[in-house]
Amino acid sequence: MTSATVATPATDAGKGPKSAPPEVSDRARHENRLGQRLVAPAVVVMLVVTAFPIMRALYLSLYNYSLTAPEDRQFIGLSNYLTALTDTLFWRDIGVTVLYMVVTVAIELVIGFAFALVMHRVIFARGLIRTSILIPYGIITVVSGFAWQFAFTYQNGFVNGWLPFIEDDFNWFGDPVPAVIAIMVSEIWKTTPFMSLLLLAGLAQVSEDMVEAAKVDGATWWQRLWKVILPNMKAAIMVAVLFRALDAYRIFDNIFVMTAGAQGTESISFLTYRQSIEQFQLGMGSALAVLLFLSVLLVAFLIVKMFKVDLAQARGE
Amino acid sequence: MAAITLKNIVKKYGDGFAAVNDVSIDIADGEFVILVGPSGCGKSTLLRMIVGLEDITSGDMMIGDRKVNDLAPRDRNLAMVFQNYALYPHLSVYENIAFPLRLAGAPDQEVDEKVRNASKTLELDEHLERKPGNLSGGQRQRVAMGRAIVREADAFLFDEPLSNLDAKLRGQMRTEIARLQKRLGITTVYVTHDQTEAMTLGDRVAVLKRGYLQQLATPRELYENPGNLFVAGFIGSPPMNFLPAEVDGTTVTLPFGTVQIPEEKAERAQGKGVLMAGIRPEFFEDAQIADKVGSDSTFTADIDFVEWLGNETYAYIPFEAPPEVEAKMRELEADLEGEGLRTQLVVSLDGSSRIKEGDKAEIYVDATKMHLFDPATGENLTVDREHAGEIPDHALVTAG
Amino acid sequence: MRKIGLVAGVGAVLVWCLLPVVWIISLSFKSQAAVSGGTDPGFLPLDSFTGFANYADVLADDQFRRAIINSIGISLIATLLSVMIATLAAYAIARLEFKGKKLVLTTALAIAMFPVVSLVSPLFDLWRTIGLYDTWPGLILPYMSFTLPLAIWTLSAFFREIPWEMEQAAQVDGATSWQAFRKVIVPLAAPGVFTAAILTFFFAWNDFVFGITLTSTENARPIPAALSFFVGPDPFQRPAGLLAAAAVVATIPIVLIVLVFQRKIVAGLTSGAVKG
Repeated sequence: MTSATVATPATDAGKGPKSAPPEVSDRARHENRLGQRLVAPAVVVMLVVTAFPIMRALYLSLYNYSLTAPEDRQFIGLSNYLTALTDTLFWRDIGVTVLYMVVTVAIELVIGFAFALVMHRVIFARGLIRTSILIPYGIITVVSGFAWQFAFTYQNGFVNGWLPFIEDDFNWFGDPVPAVIAIMVSEIWKTTPFMSLLLLAGLAQVSEDMVEAAKVDGATWWQRLWKVILPNMKAAIMVAVLFRALDAYRIFDNIFVMTAGAQGTESISFLTYRQSIEQFQLGMGSALAVLLFLSVLLVAFLIVKMFKVDLAQARGE
Repeated sequence: MAAITLKNIVKKYGDGFAAVNDVSIDIADGEFVILVGPSGCGKSTLLRMIVGLEDITSGDMMIGDRKVNDLAPRDRNLAMVFQNYALYPHLSVYENIAFPLRLAGAPDQEVDEKVRNASKTLELDEHLERKPGNLSGGQRQRVAMGRAIVREADAFLFDEPLSNLDAKLRGQMRTEIARLQKRLGITTVYVTHDQTEAMTLGDRVAVLKRGYLQQLATPRELYENPGNLFVAGFIGSPPMNFLPAEVDGTTVTLPFGTVQIPEEKAERAQGKGVLMAGIRPEFFEDAQIADKVGSDSTFTADIDFVEWLGNETYAYIPFEAPPEVEAKMRELEADLEGEGLRTQLVVSLDGSSRIKEGDKAEIYVDATKMHLFDPATGENLTVDREHAGEIPDHALVTAG
Repeated sequence: MRKIGLVAGVGAVLVWCLLPVVWIISLSFKSQAAVSGGTDPGFLPLDSFTGFANYADVLADDQFRRAIINSIGISLIATLLSVMIATLAAYAIARLEFKGKKLVLTTALAIAMFPVVSLVSPLFDLWRTIGLYDTWPGLILPYMSFTLPLAIWTLSAFFREIPWEMEQAAQVDGATSWQAFRKVIVPLAAPGVFTAAILTFFFAWNDFVFGITLTSTENARPIPAALSFFVGPDPFQRPAGLLAAAAVVATIPIVLIVLVFQRKIVAGLTSGAVKG
């Protein structure tokens, strides 16, 4: 009793429906009503801007519908999807998007963990370092994009001058590979702090006692890291990876600012944007939007399954 | 002030788990009643049902003449001290104590007067402007009590209020609570799992196990006349020894020998096969020290281990028990939240005893105070019902 | 040895975080001619230093001034509304038992990972139909829905840390549910509400996709969109110096917030995501 039953009458009651509760008390009914009333505004606002548009996108995706010629709207079934799925451009953009996601998340994980270790251990300048790390986090992505674009341009940038094995007039935005690298640098710079803060929180949850016990047991620094610290912050790592991967998969701002999709740097988000907003192809754009949405779900599903992310934790339950 | 009456109170959760089962307790006006039992016995749930933080599935909860089953906590006019004190960290000590008065819309002058009175009683005067976060455990405890005092509530409810304090402070605060209750003469219900608190504080003690009331009696009655094995094992420290016993006439055969018991007790235990004898550690004595030694009440035993505490000595004597008795004892141990340890006798001897580990020692036992329990039901066959308070019928069937 | 490693680590973190910031500030002090001509490609403005000329030009630009006002207004209103709604929802999620709680949490999680771009074309269409296109509410609404999940997580984590007993004690002391919420829970949750507000503000301030698709004029166009459409006198040459100055101006509020509320932001970011 005491804390167990006191703290979780809610969970007990929550199991109710299955085993048919003897009777629902006034208090429980009142609580139910109050709870639903309190969340109602949030649910309404969240759905108004998402549920209706996604329905609308599903509907529009079945039409040949262009804003430049709205009166020519015509039902064409799944043609838009077929066109998209048989187009090499679509698959190339998917490939590029996955590349962005995998490379940036992998690098951020390593650098973010190193930063988290530094922040965890550091005693002096703690405020300074945490303030600094929040600046990339808070800065507008577009600004980051500009800063790095200017840094990489051969006319004004400092990158070519600083990197020893690069010609001073090397054009980063003239070929796909360096252009993608430049975009990744901006993305990684901006989001590593977020990753490192999540990992720092995970690191803080690993008990000092356990690490000291490992030290007494004769584990080296490396062994302590791999056998004690990392396994115990697995949940935090997985949640951080999930959040960041889904975020990276939707990459858009940096591409828009730095290359505008040129040189094969276009992501699936950018393709969708280009079709619907720049070319006014609402029918095709909507089909791509639906495909984008489905692919995000698939990516989320794969990450959750592959890494066995505890979603209850991700939801903050 | 008011009496509190619990009539056939039941608490069932949505999944069918019954935390409290058919508990009836009459608490007289001004009485100090303790609810005690191991974890999961339903004591806190019961308290929370009295104060109104937990729904009552069935039964009647009366405060004075009012049925309060469906009243919100604020309409019950009770004051409660929580286990973690639940002090409001954003308010000063003064405002914490004043909080109930402010809610009731009392004028500033009245608030001030009552808060100052309470703080004087509790010696909190110099801390009134501090925030709870800066107080020591004992001071927080007193602030929580201050909040209860200013209320002029019908009753005080305490939910394990001392469990977060260290041992020394716990002793001091225990005395303070008892003194305060006596002075205010207010009806008090106090939940604890600590039997020292239960024995010293309460006018009466209700022992609970798995949602069932086992016995409701004064501390002395509980100690001398436990209604069943569970109560016998729960009350007393070190706990009562349980040994397999066979009764033939007034002769009881125990693992280490035979002893004589009074005829009246023996009668009630006839023809029941193997019983469990319950003997408190202090009923034993080193035969060389005891003054009323008779050959029919001494035995020789191999001393396995000795703990000398100065004023007394605990000696441990292992014994073999038949499987059915051993199973019963393991079950009882689990109920009491203990470990299933070896079957051994703990005897409390005078501090001057020279018995050492490995000795073969002569031990005296006062068998007249021995109780005999039916191992099947746990019922105490030798209980003196006139001096055992209330023992509900189900406590004899369902007990350990 | 350890100490040296740590100092090096701290140095690396600081360089990482601040180098691009210093770079864009340095750029904002270079003269427009030097930048477009590529005559001063160094990291610091040496012979091309123009003082605050770029800043003066940027602040004289009417479109950019409008963008600042739009961004501040839209972000603040969205933050305020989002946090108010999220506080109610988070309280219910942390404290009350009701049917559909799982659904709310799942919806929030789903929206948090929703690809914003896939909403763009239907929203564009819808907003034009009902007249929200290129207006403040047209941006405030999507900002609210996309910041609600974050605000709800952060806040419910804070609410959960407030001991249950606090509220029960208030009830026993004679408070109604509303009084308990107002007098005990809200003051205790205030730091959490504040943190959620900061994170929400960052999101709204940073948004780009909605900004470029749901606006067309300086009527409602926020800073990030305005930056990307910023064209100087010469349409074939990006005015890097001006852009840098504008970017620095857009970053100042963020830096101020970070400087003042560093502790709260770190607590908020981590409490929502890693819950023991």
